[in-house]
Amino acid sequence: MINKLQIARSEPLWNTNNRVIFLIFSLTVVLFVLPVFGINSFYLHLMIMIFMHAVMAQSWNVIAGFSGQISLGHGAFFGIGAYTSSFFFVQFGISPWLSIFLGMFFSGLVAVLIGIPMLRLSGHYFAIATLLIGISFQVVFQRWELVGAASGLWVPLTPEDSWISLQFHSSKVPYYYIFLIFFIISFFFVWLLSRSKIGFKLRAVRDDPQAALSLCINVSNYKIIAYVISAMIMAPMGSLFAQYILIIDPDRMFNLEISIIVLLITVLGGIGNIWGPLIGAAILIPISEYSRIYLGGTGGAVDLIIYGLILMLICIFRPEGLISFVPKNILERKKQR
Amino acid sequence: MTLEIIFQAIITGLMMGLIYALIAAGLSLIFGLMDIVNFAHGEHLMLSMFSSFWLWSLFGLDPIFSIPITILLMAICGILTHYFLIRFILKAKMLIQICATFGLSIFIRSIAQLLWTPDFRNVDKPLLEGRIEIANLFIGQPQLIASIVCLLAFIMLYLFVTKTETGLALQATAQDRQAAEILGIPSNKMFAIGWAIGLGCVGVAGGMMSNYFFIFTDVGINFALFAFVAVALGGFGSIIGCLYAGIIIGLVESLGGLLIDPSFKLLYVFAIYLLVVIYRPQGLFGRY
Repeated sequence: MINKLQIARSEPLWNTNNRVIFLIFSLTVVLFVLPVFGINSFYLHLMIMIFMHAVMAQSWNVIAGFSGQISLGHGAFFGIGAYTSSFFFVQFGISPWLSIFLGMFFSGLVAVLIGIPMLRLSGHYFAIATLLIGISFQVVFQRWELVGAASGLWVPLTPEDSWISLQFHSSKVPYYYIFLIFFIISFFFVWLLSRSKIGFKLRAVRDDPQAALSLCINVSNYKIIAYVISAMIMAPMGSLFAQYILIIDPDRMFNLEISIIVLLITVLGGIGNIWGPLIGAAILIPISEYSRIYLGGTGGAVDLIIYGLILMLICIFRPEGLISFVPKNILERKKQR
Repeated sequence: MTLEIIFQAIITGLMMGLIYALIAAGLSLIFGLMDIVNFAHGEHLMLSMFSSFWLWSLFGLDPIFSIPITILLMAICGILTHYFLIRFILKAKMLIQICATFGLSIFIRSIAQLLWTPDFRNVDKPLLEGRIEIANLFIGQPQLIASIVCLLAFIMLYLFVTKTETGLALQATAQDRQAAEILGIPSNKMFAIGWAIGLGCVGVAGGMMSNYFFIFTDVGINFALFAFVAVALGGFGSIIGCLYAGIIIGLVESLGGLLIDPSFKLLYVFAIYLLVVIYRPQGLFGRY
């Protein structure tokens, strides 16, 4: 007779299927050698956007998918990251490499400050509160003279490519590698998180807060931890994006659209699943970029129409996201009984 | 700063507040009935304003005469929303419900932007124009009529929900869907009625506001945010709470703008929301 303890012991360290692991490794290698073949700078841009949005969506996945709190104002952390790195570079000339960490620190701090009062709320109350907070950040930054108010910050250009100030004008390849490395680190980190004790506790909190409480899991603490981790994954993407476009303004950085697209990617790919954001970003970002190329001149927001439609269709027909089309025995290893 | 200015601000806030109250009442009715927050509420408001605008611009109907048509159109829009979207997500998780109505809001707004461009429009020379002066206080005529009409609509809505048979059936469905079905109240029909009435309220507010407000595709966002705040402030699902909450929000908005700094108007209202939700999560008049 096999008792429960033996089953628990035979649970492997990672439950990902070997074939999937092989696929991931080969994909990583392909992504690393891709620029060597000299692909077009538009495709480089496309890949960079996919990496960035995948990480942003992954960050939202941590708070919404793992701990079950729906944040509709996640763009705030993106903006904080962008503003921190640019502000310190413009004012004090501190290298963005350092202020990326400052940005993570600040957005983690803001997440704690918001999280302590707000995460006691649940459901609709939290969603509406974060929506309001996201918009409040935009309102405040539009009027804050120190950070350039409504006209934003212009990152001073270096005459040549520079690794120290993280600016590359001649080619997009360095950006590609920087975003790729951040993408891999973030995904690996979230994968570790999902297999760690914290990850399991977070899912317990999501599925049944009362049962989790009876198992001595401090529900509100774990929600705050998830919120802080999520904010700290989001912030570097803001910093890097600011270095990528080199001009930031509150209308773009704190746009509601960021919060929307993050949500959309995750729901499309599969919420609560670590591969969901990647699948969602790989499908959605090309749609968005191509629709901007071919239909951008019409003045209408065609990509947003498509987003809205996809979101509604997914909610009606496949609430688990596209990842649910992949059978579970392919994704996960069989348990050794 | 004299007393007159403060009174002026109070009256302006009161008139805006009554409009917020009606918009919030529609949201609250839908939430109380089926536990779904309509994140597309602002876009529905925008649609009603545009319907009023197009009726004026194509057929020359003045906004106050086209109100019944706007209400009818919005009620149909509500039934369609229920039939094509909400029906499928009634039993889904809360996340999916939020995403679905959020998706609807993006969809409506961007379709409107594509069809009508993001230009600002207004109804030129409506019947209601100008202002009246009472004891050195200036009251815009369209604003005054709009707030009175909204108050009347609110009272009618309240009487409908508490006194008529259909209204009681709505309340029964809101309290316990299955028990109501056992008693022979078809919940699906009740939901459709709830959506029709909820968006009908928005139709009244939007139609009256098109008299004096600029009409553009993003107009709904601020009103929807205030409606969310009003619903949470009054207590989710409580209709009479919306009236008080709407007035409070209108007053805070105008007095805060006058006394502190008008560019942070939004933030005062949000601060109220956060305070209320943290210290009294069930709202001022909440049932729960």
